[in-house]
Order: sequence, then C-alpha cells, then structure tokens
Amino acid sequence: MAETIQLEVTRYAPEADAEPRVQTFEAPYRPDWVVLDALNYVKDKLDGSLSYRWSCRMGICGSCGMMVNGEPKLTCATFLADYAPKPIRVEPLRYFPVVHDLVIEMSDFLRKLEGVKPWIIRKEEKLIREGEYLQTPEQLDAYKQFSMCINCMLCYAACPVYGLDPLFTGPAAIALAQRYNMDSRDQGAAERMGILSQHDGIWGCTFVGECTKVCPKNVDPAGAIQQYKLSAAKEWFRSLLMPWGAR
Amino acid sequence: MDLTSHDVLIVGGGGAGLRAAIAVAETNPRLSVAVISKVYPMRSHTVSAEGGAAGVIKPGDSFEDHAYDTISGGDWLCDQDAVEAFVREAPEELLRLEHWGCPWSREPDGHIAVRAFGGMKKLRTWFAADKTGFHMLHTLFQTTLKYTTLARYDEWFVTKLLVEDGRVQGVVAIELMSGKMQGIAAKAVILCTGGCGRVFPFTTNANIKTGDGMALAYRAGAPLKDMEFVQYHPTGLPFTGILITEAARSEGGWLMNKDGYRYLQDYNLGKPEPKPVLRSMELGPRDRLSQAFVKETEKGRTIKGPYGDVVHLDLRHLGEKTINSKLPFVRELCTKYQNLDPVKDLIPVRPVVHYMMGGVHTDIHAATPLGGLYAAGEVACVSINGANRLGSNSLPELLVFGARAGRAAAEHASAQTSSRDGTVLAQALDEMRRIEQQYLRGTSGKERVATLREEMQKALEEGAGIYRTGTSLRLAAEKIRVLKERLKNISLDDRGRTFNTELISALELEFMLDVAETIAHSALERTESRGAHQRTDHTKRDDQKFLAHSLVHRGADDAPRVTYLPVTITRWPPAERVYGQPGEEKGAKGAAGH
Repeated sequence: MAETIQLEVTRYAPEADAEPRVQTFEAPYRPDWVVLDALNYVKDKLDGSLSYRWSCRMGICGSCGMMVNGEPKLTCATFLADYAPKPIRVEPLRYFPVVHDLVIEMSDFLRKLEGVKPWIIRKEEKLIREGEYLQTPEQLDAYKQFSMCINCMLCYAACPVYGLDPLFTGPAAIALAQRYNMDSRDQGAAERMGILSQHDGIWGCTFVGECTKVCPKNVDPAGAIQQYKLSAAKEWFRSLLMPWGAR
Repeated sequence: MDLTSHDVLIVGGGGAGLRAAIAVAETNPRLSVAVISKVYPMRSHTVSAEGGAAGVIKPGDSFEDHAYDTISGGDWLCDQDAVEAFVREAPEELLRLEHWGCPWSREPDGHIAVRAFGGMKKLRTWFAADKTGFHMLHTLFQTTLKYTTLARYDEWFVTKLLVEDGRVQGVVAIELMSGKMQGIAAKAVILCTGGCGRVFPFTTNANIKTGDGMALAYRAGAPLKDMEFVQYHPTGLPFTGILITEAARSEGGWLMNKDGYRYLQDYNLGKPEPKPVLRSMELGPRDRLSQAFVKETEKGRTIKGPYGDVVHLDLRHLGEKTINSKLPFVRELCTKYQNLDPVKDLIPVRPVVHYMMGGVHTDIHAATPLGGLYAAGEVACVSINGANRLGSNSLPELLVFGARAGRAAAEHASAQTSSRDGTVLAQALDEMRRIEQQYLRGTSGKERVATLREEMQKALEEGAGIYRTGTSLRLAAEKIRVLKERLKNISLDDRGRTFNTELISALELEFMLDVAETIAHSALERTESRGAHQRTDHTKRDDQKFLAHSLVHRGADDAPRVTYLPVTITRWPPAERVYGQPGEEKGAKGAAGH
C-alpha cells in the first residue's frame, strides 16, 4: 500500500497566470483521509497559496465542491482510498468562472436561487399567538427531500444544459422552488410559475438526470423538475380549457 | 479607498446575524442595513447544529421549569433576568420561524413535536429531524431574500472595528474576491460571528470558527466575559471531531466503557434504566459527562483507539426504524466517516470542544459597553448559559438575542446623527497599510501560519482542557505570548490580491491568539471549579468569591486584565446541582416561589 498519493491540482492566479495550469503535489496517504484532508496538508505544509473554499468538513455547509477526476464531488466526503494508488486530479467546479485556483465565482447561482422567490408566500399570515400552521408528517414528506439542498452546486457542474446555456435556472433553484410549492403552508405557486415556465426555466431541462446522480444529499432535483413540468403543463391546459377559472 | 455607509452593519451571517437583520428591517424599514460575512450565509456554522431548539409549548411545562433547568445546568453562573427573558421569548421565536417555513418535525396530528434533551426536566426540544441548525439557517437565509432593502457583503472579511469618541463608527474589511480593502461606516454594528472552537486542536467546529468577533471587540476596548468556560460535547467522532448529536442520547442511546458498562452511574448521575430518564445518566449535562470520560480514562476503562481513547455510544437497541426517522444524519455520518452502521455497530466517541459559553460581554438587550456595538449568538455572553450550556438552548439563543440586538441597534441608529466619515476613512487607510506591511510586502520572516496555529492549539489543549491547574494555565498563557511574538515574523506564500485565503488564515490566527490568551488568563484567575471550568488545584465551587462573571479587558501593554462582575440572581438562590436523583427539586422553585 502506497504511503503517499499524488494530487494533480489546477492552479490559477489571475495576477500571474494567463491561464490555468496543473501542479502536482505529493500528500500522505491515509485510509481515513478525504481529498480535503490532502488539500489541507498541501496548504499547511507545502504551499500556502493553494486556495479553495471549505468549512464544516462534514458535508452540510456545501462549500467544498470541486471536480475530482472529472466528477463533481464534495471534497470533504470523497475518500483518497477510493482512488489510491492512482493520482487524483482536482479541478475547480465546472461551468463556473474560475477566480483563483479551485475557487469559482458563484454569484450567478445566488441570483438564480433568489429569483425563484424561495420563501413562504401567503395571502394572509397567521398571528404568532395563534400557534403553528398544522402540518402532518405526510404533508412534510411532500417537500422534505427538496428542502435538503446544501447549495453545493454539484448539480450545476453536472448539468450539460447549464454548461451550454448559463441562463438556465438550473436544478437546485428549481428544486428549491418546488420545495416551497409543495409546502402545505405556502400559497405562492402561481407567483413562481411565471419565472419558472419561461424558456430558461423548467423547459430548458432535457431530463439528462446527471444532477440527481451527483447530488450528495439525495435531493433529486431532476425529479423536482419533472414533477414541476407536470403541474405547469396541467396549469397551462387548465387555463386553456377554463380561462374563467378563479386563480 | 472606497467608503460606504449603513445605519446598521451586522458582522456574520449565521442564525443570529440573519435574525438580527430581519429585526432591523422590521423595526425601521427606512434604515440602511447590511450583513457582512466572510462566507456566504448558508455556509455559516449554524448549519451544522443537529439536535434541536428548546421552547416551552407543551402542557405540563412552564417557563419556570425551563429557567431552572438552564440556571442549574449553568451551575448558577447564569444571569437570571436574562434567562427569564430568554425562556419566555424562545417559543415565540421558534413559532415565528415555523411561520417562515422551517420544517419542524411534527406529531401525527400536525402539531410541533418535541423531544427530551440533556439537563432538561421536561420534553421541550423542537427539532427538524437531526438537522435542526441546517433547516433553521436555510429558512432564515431564504426569508431574508424577501427584504429587498437588506444589503449583503458576501465573502468580505472584517479586520477591525473603528472606534471614535467611545463609539463604534464602522469597520474595515477586505473583499476576498478582489483583495480590495474598504472602510464601511455604520451607526451601529452587531457582532454575530460565532464562537472560537478552532483555538483547540480537536473540535466539532468548522474551519471558520476562529473567534473573529470576540477579538474585534476585545481589540476595540470591549471586555470579553467568562472566557474560561469552554464546552466539550461528550460525543464527537474520534478522528474528525464530527458531532454526534445529543439527540442520539435523548432517543435512548447509552454510553459504555470497554466492559460494556454504562459508567455514568459511577459519577452521581443516577442509575441506569433501559429507557432514557430526564436529567439522569446519558441525559445529564455536558460538562459532567465530559468530565466522567476523563475519569474513566484515568481508571483505564476506556477503549484504546487509533486516535486515542474513546467510549462507545450504543444505539443498536433503538432499532432501524427509529434511527432512520429520528437520527438519519447520525447514521449517514457514521457510515461515511467511521465505516460503521449504528443499527448494528457501536460508535466510538469522545469529548470534543464544541461551544463557547464565554464571549463579548452584553446586557440583556445585546448591548456591549462600547457605544453602538452589539453582539448576539455564540460570540456574545449575556449570560444565559453560565458555566455550562444545556443542549438545545443555543439555537433559540440565536433567535431571541439576534432579534433583541437587531431591535436595539435599529433604535440606536435611528437616534444617531451621521457618523464621522473622515475619521473612518483615515483609520481604514491605516489598517490597510498595516496589513500590507505585515503580510503582503516581501519579508524575511520564516514562520508559517499552520505551524503557529498548531502550536497554539496544542498549548490550549494541554493547558486549558477539561481539567486545568494553575501551572498548566500559566504555561499555556506564556506559550501564547511567545506565539504572538513569533506571529510578527510570519511569511505568506501567497501575496496576491485575488481571493487570498492564506492572508485570511493569518488574520484569523491573529484573532485566535488574542482569544486564546483571554481563555488562559480568565481560567487562571478563577480559583474554583464550576461547570465546565474544572481546576484540580481548586476543586470546590466557591460562591463567596466567584458567584461572578470574569471580565477580561485588553490592557495597555496588550496583556489581559481580569476583573469580576456579580451574577444577577432573581428567584433561584445558588443550590447544589443535582442530577439523576429524585430529590433534585431542592432549590428548584426559588426563594420567592412562583
């Protein structure tokens, strides 16, 4: 069993480099180390200029998404043991502009999230003293999976539509919209419909399904999008057949 | 240099910061309010909290009960007026969050469900599966998106508070993306930057928990309070330090030594029963459980693992159905990071630094003694947690004091005339020059950030761990002083401007060293044992001298100066802290009765 492992890491410092290059580092191989542990070793001991985002190291904050051997992964949840003894290629998350080494520019993602109005929309609010909105465990189950998104953007890095069309709303944002649409306390589905039924909304999705495959939290954004397409189509038919219907 | 200004500036975008932001926007929608955070808000460490948030809502429970549990849990170092306000406001804040969409777990009839938690006499801990902090943070963040007047500085690192005329006037910050430094004037600043677990080597805390706000306040002349009280969570995973929630014990988990023996029964925590008993055994308070681990280790009864001593957390008798519905994240973490399945296997755990009871001194309105400066959440010390925090009190603390800070800061800002922009700019330029000189110019320095950081962590672990002595603390304090000198000789590999994470880690190290120093000195001065602060050379609780908070100010020579502030007692005179005994109601009702 090898005692070290090679990391082939993308380097890019905009003040110094015309374009990204690859630098190889040798890190200790430990069976319970994840890729993030190896990156931290490099930064702490070998080259402090290596830049990447990380925080919780337990797969809940969503900071540390990168391409590992060409696949979008949370580096805090990706074990060296699954790749050793071969070298591991670590690159910035695909389809996002690169800022510095493994750090990408993510403001587009934030705008997309904000754009779907991800908050409870109601005609009338309950007063605090009236207590909670009742919601049974079954009603909670209707949207629970979609509420698990940690905003890690792996699904965007996996989505070929987003790769071709940066205007595409994208998996996580649509899943988040559906999280609210399916929440029994929310009454904002109609408001969100306008944004999402646009060309770059749900209809941009061609059901490749890679987003669901890479999601580390089993959110199933592809499922959310297909579910949403169904309700959007139903709504379109309804408005055709019953234009006088109250909404 | 650019200069922007706001009425209220909130440093930190976690649970407390986001709640404060909403409170400002709702108190006075005409105020200019901004949240500035070194990470995108959904990365804040609130996201990692698992177990739950306590609030009285079920029949048979009462504010008095929650207050008594909190005060006795805190070994009587809690300010009782603050606790009384806290327990009263917690349920309405949790309900407000429910109205904002938080997916609280429910009973079959649709009402909010509650569960047992350590040190609590009644079931009052609301939960969202075992990802309560995650759901609370995302609910708060998504709700803030509604408020179009709320500005955000995402990935900006605050390096200094600007003070003039005894008042906070704003901050200086670095925009990570470009490396540019900027002064931001503000009539009120709220610190919501969380705790400082990363001053220790082994912690549940994320990388970002470096005590930034505590150091910012300390350097600006505001005192830190009760810094010696560091909470070790009894059940962290051995290599990573990843948290295994107390909820695992509320649902019935057992802690066992190498003989399969539930050893907590030897430590005055009651008798083992098959089902969990409130305030007893595995549902005792965190400080007592962590201390029991150390004693078991000394007796040679812990299990020797590849990363040191551990004990076993046994969840097997809970069954797969309960584990999947109540503890799914625990199962996921164990599978992923320990290669075991809690349905069939024992989980190796050990105490891990988790929470800072101490922090920036505030009153019950979240105001510090420095005009215009407020603090809320783990960064602050009100104090509602005293010498030891009960699990599931810190999430409601974010909401209650985040809201209080927001309201107080909004009122203060509304009453202020414009700030002194000229001074802000001058100070900000000085700060920019300081950082450029020290870190970004070429130097002959030899020290590495990681080296100094590791030595600091080792010094604190050895000198200021679960059990301390005067000698160990003096050694730790001296070591930190040396490290602060060595910091001046630091050399960065990265002297670029764009997203320079090494620079940020050096600035965080500066902050951590200041905070570490206050921990060592405060612990040294407190010659008693209380709650999470245990001295083997002073083993008794001493209410004559030490029914008081330590306050530590930065002295003129940069050395910490410790003074004391009496604890506010309202209805519950200090009594013996009793767990696992039927007679624990002793002192429960307080002198004045209710």
